[in-house]
Amino acid sequence: MRAAVLLFPGLNRENDAMRALQQASGVKPTLVWHAEHDLPAGTDVVVVPGGFSYGDYLRCGAIAGRANIMNAVRAHAARGGLVLGICNGFQILCESGLLPGVLMRNRNLRFICRMQHLRVERADTAFTNRYAPGQVIEVCVAHGEGNYTADSQTLARLEGEGRVAFRYCDASGQVGGDANCNGSMNDIAGVYSEKLNVLGMMPHPENLIETIMGGTDGRGLFDSLASAAAKAA
Amino acid sequence: MLRNEPEITAELVAEHGLKPDEHQRILKLLGRAPTFTELGIFSAMWNEHCSYKSSRIHLRKLPTKAPWVIQGPGENAGVIDIGDGLACVFKMESHNHPSFIEPYQGAATGVGGILRDVFTMGARPVACLNLLRFGAPEHPKTRHLVAGVVAGIGGYGNSFGVPTVGGSVNFHTRYDGNILVNAMAVGIARADEIFYAKATGVGRPIVYLGSKTGRDGIHGATMASAAFEADAEEKRPTVQVGDPFSEKLLLEACLEIMAAGCVIAIQDMGAAGLTSSAVEMGAKGNLGVELDLDKVPCREEGMTAYEMMLSESQERMLMVLRPEKEAEAEAIFRKWGLDFAVIGKTTDTLRFVIKHQGEVKADLPIKELGDEAPLYDRPHVPTPARLVIDASAVVAPASTRDALVRLLRTPDLCSKRWVWEQYDHLILGNTVQRPGGDAAVVRIGDGPKGLALTTDVTQRYCEADPVQGGRQAVAEAWRNITATGAKPLALTDNLNFGNPERPEIMGQFVGCLEGIGDAARALDFPIVSGNVSLYNETQGRGILPTPSIGGVGLLDDVTRSVGVALRGEGRALILVGETEGWLGQSMYLWQVCGREEGAPPPVDLAAERRNGDAVRALIQSGRVDSCHDISDGGLLVALAEMAMAGRVGIALEAPPAGATEHGWWFGEDQARYILAVEAAAADAMIAELTKAGVPARRLGVSGGAALKLPDGASISLEELAAAHEAWLPSYMSASAKA
Repeated sequence: MRAAVLLFPGLNRENDAMRALQQASGVKPTLVWHAEHDLPAGTDVVVVPGGFSYGDYLRCGAIAGRANIMNAVRAHAARGGLVLGICNGFQILCESGLLPGVLMRNRNLRFICRMQHLRVERADTAFTNRYAPGQVIEVCVAHGEGNYTADSQTLARLEGEGRVAFRYCDASGQVGGDANCNGSMNDIAGVYSEKLNVLGMMPHPENLIETIMGGTDGRGLFDSLASAAAKAA
Repeated sequence: MLRNEPEITAELVAEHGLKPDEHQRILKLLGRAPTFTELGIFSAMWNEHCSYKSSRIHLRKLPTKAPWVIQGPGENAGVIDIGDGLACVFKMESHNHPSFIEPYQGAATGVGGILRDVFTMGARPVACLNLLRFGAPEHPKTRHLVAGVVAGIGGYGNSFGVPTVGGSVNFHTRYDGNILVNAMAVGIARADEIFYAKATGVGRPIVYLGSKTGRDGIHGATMASAAFEADAEEKRPTVQVGDPFSEKLLLEACLEIMAAGCVIAIQDMGAAGLTSSAVEMGAKGNLGVELDLDKVPCREEGMTAYEMMLSESQERMLMVLRPEKEAEAEAIFRKWGLDFAVIGKTTDTLRFVIKHQGEVKADLPIKELGDEAPLYDRPHVPTPARLVIDASAVVAPASTRDALVRLLRTPDLCSKRWVWEQYDHLILGNTVQRPGGDAAVVRIGDGPKGLALTTDVTQRYCEADPVQGGRQAVAEAWRNITATGAKPLALTDNLNFGNPERPEIMGQFVGCLEGIGDAARALDFPIVSGNVSLYNETQGRGILPTPSIGGVGLLDDVTRSVGVALRGEGRALILVGETEGWLGQSMYLWQVCGREEGAPPPVDLAAERRNGDAVRALIQSGRVDSCHDISDGGLLVALAEMAMAGRVGIALEAPPAGATEHGWWFGEDQARYILAVEAAAADAMIAELTKAGVPARRLGVSGGAALKLPDGASISLEELAAAHEAWLPSYMSASAKA
C-alpha cells in the first residue's frame, strides 16, 4: 500500500497516522506538503491526519480545504482512489466538498479526550473489511469540534445509502445518551462518500494499535486499507 | 509617531518596581541618569522574576550535579543523559499572576513559554504536566478560574500537539486571591546536539524569528515580581495572548534549522522579551550586543524603543546564525510562514546598545545588567514547630466506611477526570500510563525506553513545617516515579511563595529549600532546572508555601512498568513501609474532623530510599502486577483508588493489634507503597522484604465488586466511583447557571 499523508501547517498527528499505516503495510508512507500540486505517482490511499490546521482560527478545516493539494485529492477520489480523513482531516474533507455535513463544537463546549466505543456499521468497505458488521471497537477521541451536523435531507440520504461508517456507542453497542460524546446527529462518528472510497471520522484509530498503549482495536482499519490496496493492485 | 520621553523621577523609578537603593546602584553603574528605555531595561532585568535577587543566595545550596546531568540550572531547561545517545530536557515554570488576571490566556501562555524553553535547546517536546492550586471552592472566583485555566492549558497544548499526561490540582482558601499555575514540559534531544544561549564570534548577525512584536505583556515580569493589591484585574493589559499555531510552526522551523546546522546560539523571548534574551546571549558569550529596532517586525505602528524592549509578545526567538547558513535558515522560516529579520550583531564592546530611528536609546554594560543585579540576603525566621498529634487523641469516625466516602469526594482527593479529559493525553501514541495514577509513563519513540513523569507538593505540610514539607515534596515525586518501576533521575522545582520581604515568608522559603536539598541529596535526585515565584500575596495575605517538584525517571523497558489499577481477582495486596498512624496535617484531620493542625508526617530519607529501592527492584523483576504510593488520605484512600482503577474489589484484613484504627486507615506516614502480586507469591515476597529490613505486611486480597472492610462494612465499586467522580463535574456545571 502506497500511502500519502498530507501535511498542513498546524497538523500534529501525522506521525501517529504514519506509524499505523506503516505497521499495517510495511511500507513507509510519503509526507506531502500542502503547497504541492500533485500526489506521488501510484498513491493508493491519501490520509489527511488530525491536528489544528492553520490553528483552526477560522472554521475548522476551512483554509486547508482550499489548499493546492486538495485539487489533486479530489481528482484522486474522483478516480475511485481511497481517502481517509481523521479528526481535523475529517473536517478538512467536509470543507473541501469531499464529504457532506459539518463538525460543530462539542455539545458540552469543551475539548474532550477519552476512550470511546464505536459500532462498525458495515464491514464491506475498503476501510472496515477486517471488522465484523456491528462489531464494537474501542478507540479514543480528542477534539473540541466533532459534533456531526447535517440537514435532514443529507442525513436521510446518508442513512438510506448506508454511508454512516461508525456510531458512538457504549461497550455493549448501545447508542445514545452519554455514549455520544459530542452530540453528533444520529450518533455519527464517521461517514463515507457516495462511492464508499472516502471516509471521514472524528475518533483516532491510529492511537490504538498496540496493547501497551491501551488496545489494538484501531489496527483493523489500517489492515483493511492494506488488504483493499493489495487487492486493487 | 514620536513621543517625548518622560523625565526620570523618583516616582517613575518606583513605578518600575525599583527600590531607592537599586536606583542608586544604577546611577553608580552608569555615572549618569538612565534614559527612559534604559530604566525599562533595568526594571526588566532586576525584578525578582528575572534576577532571583532574593533567592539566588539560597538556591546555590541545592544539589545540582550527578554523573547523568548534562546541564543543570542556568540555561533554558535542565538536561539529563538517558542513554542511547539521547537526552531528556525539562523544566517547570509558573504563570501565576497572569492566570489569576486572565485565566485562559495566562495559563495558555504559561504552557507556551515552557514548551519554548524546551525546544530552544533542540529538544522535541514529548509531554507536558502541570500543578494547579486554586482558592476554596466556595470562593466566588474559583469556578471561573478553574474553567479558564484548564481550557487554556488544553487549548495551547492540544493545538501545539504535545500530550498533557499528568498533574496535580488542589484547592485551599489561601489561594483565593492568588492561584498557582505551574507548567512543566519534557522533551527529547540527541545528547550531542543540545543548543545553548551563549553567543560566540564578533560581528555575527543576530536574527529575530517567529511572531511579530506587539504591545502585549509589557512589564509582565515586573508584575510577576509584586504582590497583588485590590486592583489586580486592572493589570489585564500586562497579560500576553498565546498563539499555539505559531508556536507549532516555530517548533518545526527551529528544529529544522538546527538539524541543518545553521544555529550558533538560541534564546527564546520569554519574560522581559527582547531585553532578557539579547542580554543573556551576549553576557554568556562575553560579547556586546547592538540592536537596531527599526528592523524588528512589529504588529502595531509607532512602537517606541521602550515598548519593543519590554514587550512579552509570545512565540518569538532570538538566534545567532552561522553567516554562511543565513540564507538557508531564512528559506526554512519563510516556508513555515514565519518572520525572519536580522536585527543586530554581536560586538566586542561588552555594551548593550539599542538604536531606534537614528538615535541611541540605550547604552549599557551588558555583564553588569545580569551579574550586578541586586542580591539580597533577606532576614528570615524559622517557622515555629507545631505539636505532634497522637492518633489516639484524634476523634475516631462513627464509621470508617463513611469517612472514606467523604474523603473520596473532597475537592483535593476526588477524581480530576473533568480536568484531564480536556487535555489531549494520547497524541503521539506513546502514553503508557495515563493521567489519574501515580507518575505518567511515556514511551520514548518506538521504545523500549520510557520516561516516568510527575508533579508533586503537599502545601499544608510545607506550611506546618517547611523543612519536612520540602523533603516530602521531593520524596513523593521520587516515590511516584518509583511506583511505576522507573529509576528517578532528576527534578525541576517551581518555588511558589509569598512576599520575601516578610521574614516569616523568607523563613518558609529557606526551610523548604533545606528540606528539598536534604531529600535530593539523600535520594540522588538532583535539581537541574527551576523557577522561583515570589510575591504570591494579595492584600497582605500570602499563599501556602508551595515548592512544586517536577520529577523525571527512566524505564529501560516500558512494557515492564506498572500502574495503580488492580489487574483482576486473587491478587494479594502487600503494604510496604512503616505505619505509625500519623494524623497531624492529614486529610482525615482536615476534611473529616475540620482541623488543619499538628506537625506533618516526618520524612525518614533512609527509609524512603530503602523501601523505594526494594519496591523498584521487585517491579523490575516482573513480580508485581500493580503498585501505588500512599500519600494524601492514607492507606484506605490508596486502596480504594487501586480498586476503582482496576474495577475489582478488595477484601481487607484487620489492622495489626494495638494500632489505632483510624490512624491505620487514614494516617499519612511516608515511605509507603501498596503492591498487588500473585497470591501464591505473597508470603515469600513478604519474607524477602522483611529479611532486607523493609517492613511489609499483608493487607488483603482482590476480588468481588466491593471494598470489604474487616469490620463487616462494605462499599460497592459503584458507590466508590460515584463519590470519587461526582464532585468536580457537578461543581463545575454549577458555573453554567451562575
